[in-house]
Amino acid sequence: MPATNLGSTTTTKITNFPLNAWYVAAWDHEVTRTPLARRICDRPLALYRTEDGQPVALADACWHRLAPLSLGKVVGRDGIQCPYHGIVYNSAGRCVSMPAQETINPSATVPSFPAVSRYRFIWVWLGDPALANPDLIPDMHQMDHPDWAGDGKTIHAECNYQLIVDNLMDLTHEEFVHGSSIGQAELSEADFITTHGENTVTVTRWMRNIDPPPFWKKNLADKFPDYTGKVDRWQIIHFEAPSTVCIDVGVAKAGTGAPEGDRSQGVNGYVMNSMTPETDRTAHYFWSFQRNYRLESQLITTQLREGVTRVFGEDEVMLRAQQEAIDANPDYEFYNLNIDAGGMWVRRLLEKALLAEGRLNTRPEAGWPAE
Amino acid sequence: MAATNVEVWQRGEVVGVSDVAEKIKKFVIRQSNPAKAQAGSHIDLMVTINGEKVRRSYSVVKQSEDLRDLEIAVFEVRNSRGGSIAMHNLSVGDELDITQPIQNFPLRFGAKRYVLLAGGIGVTAIVEMARQLLQHGADYKFFYVARSKKAMAFADELKSVHGDNLVIHIDDEDNRLEVGEVMKHVDKTTELYMCGPIRLMDEVRRTFASTDLDVTNLRYETFGASGWFEPEVFTVRVPERGVEVSVGKNQTIVEALEASGLDVMADCRKGECGLCEARIIDLNGKIDHRDVFYSAHQKSDNEKIACCVSRLVADNGTASIDLALS
Repeated sequence: MPATNLGSTTTTKITNFPLNAWYVAAWDHEVTRTPLARRICDRPLALYRTEDGQPVALADACWHRLAPLSLGKVVGRDGIQCPYHGIVYNSAGRCVSMPAQETINPSATVPSFPAVSRYRFIWVWLGDPALANPDLIPDMHQMDHPDWAGDGKTIHAECNYQLIVDNLMDLTHEEFVHGSSIGQAELSEADFITTHGENTVTVTRWMRNIDPPPFWKKNLADKFPDYTGKVDRWQIIHFEAPSTVCIDVGVAKAGTGAPEGDRSQGVNGYVMNSMTPETDRTAHYFWSFQRNYRLESQLITTQLREGVTRVFGEDEVMLRAQQEAIDANPDYEFYNLNIDAGGMWVRRLLEKALLAEGRLNTRPEAGWPAE
Repeated sequence: MAATNVEVWQRGEVVGVSDVAEKIKKFVIRQSNPAKAQAGSHIDLMVTINGEKVRRSYSVVKQSEDLRDLEIAVFEVRNSRGGSIAMHNLSVGDELDITQPIQNFPLRFGAKRYVLLAGGIGVTAIVEMARQLLQHGADYKFFYVARSKKAMAFADELKSVHGDNLVIHIDDEDNRLEVGEVMKHVDKTTELYMCGPIRLMDEVRRTFASTDLDVTNLRYETFGASGWFEPEVFTVRVPERGVEVSVGKNQTIVEALEASGLDVMADCRKGECGLCEARIIDLNGKIDHRDVFYSAHQKSDNEKIACCVSRLVADNGTASIDLALS
């Protein structure tokens, strides 16, 4: 495909998704010996595990009559049987059994996509399989490292995945969307620093000597029950392409050296987020809240998970409303503010990735490229 | 990417023709609507034989970096189905209808070891696979066999690219390939990809099936163009429908029956799907089973025939067969 650049997409309202990338398809516990149907990057997948636990991602349509394999059952060591006429495929997507004939048609295959289990998630790669190096999976090590504990959920977000990335790259919205939990005026008042690399964007914001908002007041009290004073609060947003955002968040007793690196007098969490396009206007939003204190407390794990569920529920409502407004106003464009620097660098990186795939100007609505 | 086999037609312009071996010409075809050709993919195109447009399939040997140009190579078979002769008459500037690349023979990455086996013009399906395996640092062995040195396309180029990974066997130099030698390089973690004449592929398939290897690790593609015997003219009768036709050397049974006005069921036209199956009522001669749909014992039973590819050869005189069609 000729790589002609017809213009910038950095303010595109419906962002296309790179295919040469790992995306979270599911939580590890969701993928079992009972096939799971899930649409990833506009492609329906059947997800299951082999007998020895390896995750498998096949196109969810039998070669024969396109019946969904996810309605079938696993058979043998690594196979799945179509529920309609009983054709069996192995984990490579190759037919191993055909009804009513003694041979197997050599053309009978379904696409099999690379799938890897890491950081409590199952990751899939829908692009060029020759490039599917597991080392390219975004770093989410706080998900299963023994120094961290926590849990999360999946939001079925009714918006383009990039709107969620925008949301996480600029947290000034907390003051207005999450006023009762984590929002406070100091967020907009504090200065922030944006940096970027080949594949990453970082936004750092420190708020010194402030009153902690309710969510952080509670968390600090879990570790320091007697402390009631001011805090230094931080938000360090780490984006890794195409759509993973891990946010280093916390508060420490004011003036105890947290900005300089000593966080011993504070509490630290990591908000883990990975957004996977489902269609151009819906996304699977996988998140977890991990912490590195009071690891023994399941109560705190549950409280944090449910607390963040409520906070993210507020985002969900806003994102759906935003997508509806975008669709209802096709003749209006996005404009940018200074606070969008993080999100704009993300868009610049996505633009480069899409250009490299020759898909910069293919609208996601047009479906899959003919390659 | 995984296999895609949606058929999209476009125009192709011949922008290059060159001889690459005895009776083998390479054609560079410029796509009007360029699409990427993965390793193992082919294009279908329409050639004109005796004023009639006929569809043929050719593997993509190479694609230009800008994706526009596809290279195919065509072996001229005087007594084959006629497509190759029509192709050899093409020259620069000619246009024809072609599909975007179709993938029915995908190379899977991630196997521990690969063996590639190309026989004659079948090398066209294997060249790009070998190039990609080399590029990805895969463990592979590439066997390339041919009747004679003169009949080998791309041999020098492949030697310089693949070095010791390439093993060449030439029949008329007393250097015939033994399938056993190939199988020495195949273990349970090996995927074997092959394309070549039916005798070679059949022997490999039987050898593979006689071991405890996973048969899905044997990947092959056949366009049903190659047989056990040279094509000859024979007679087909369909008594139920009162039809008798002569099947020419350049025709299949399906094509001959269609030319007589009969509505015949067929789909893949390369001996894979079994839709063109006919029951044999009477047979005078031998059947040259060229399909991969029937098992070995079904072929020896001679009760059914895949009319899209299989043919007859005479014991003496002209062979003939009476068929019942679906």
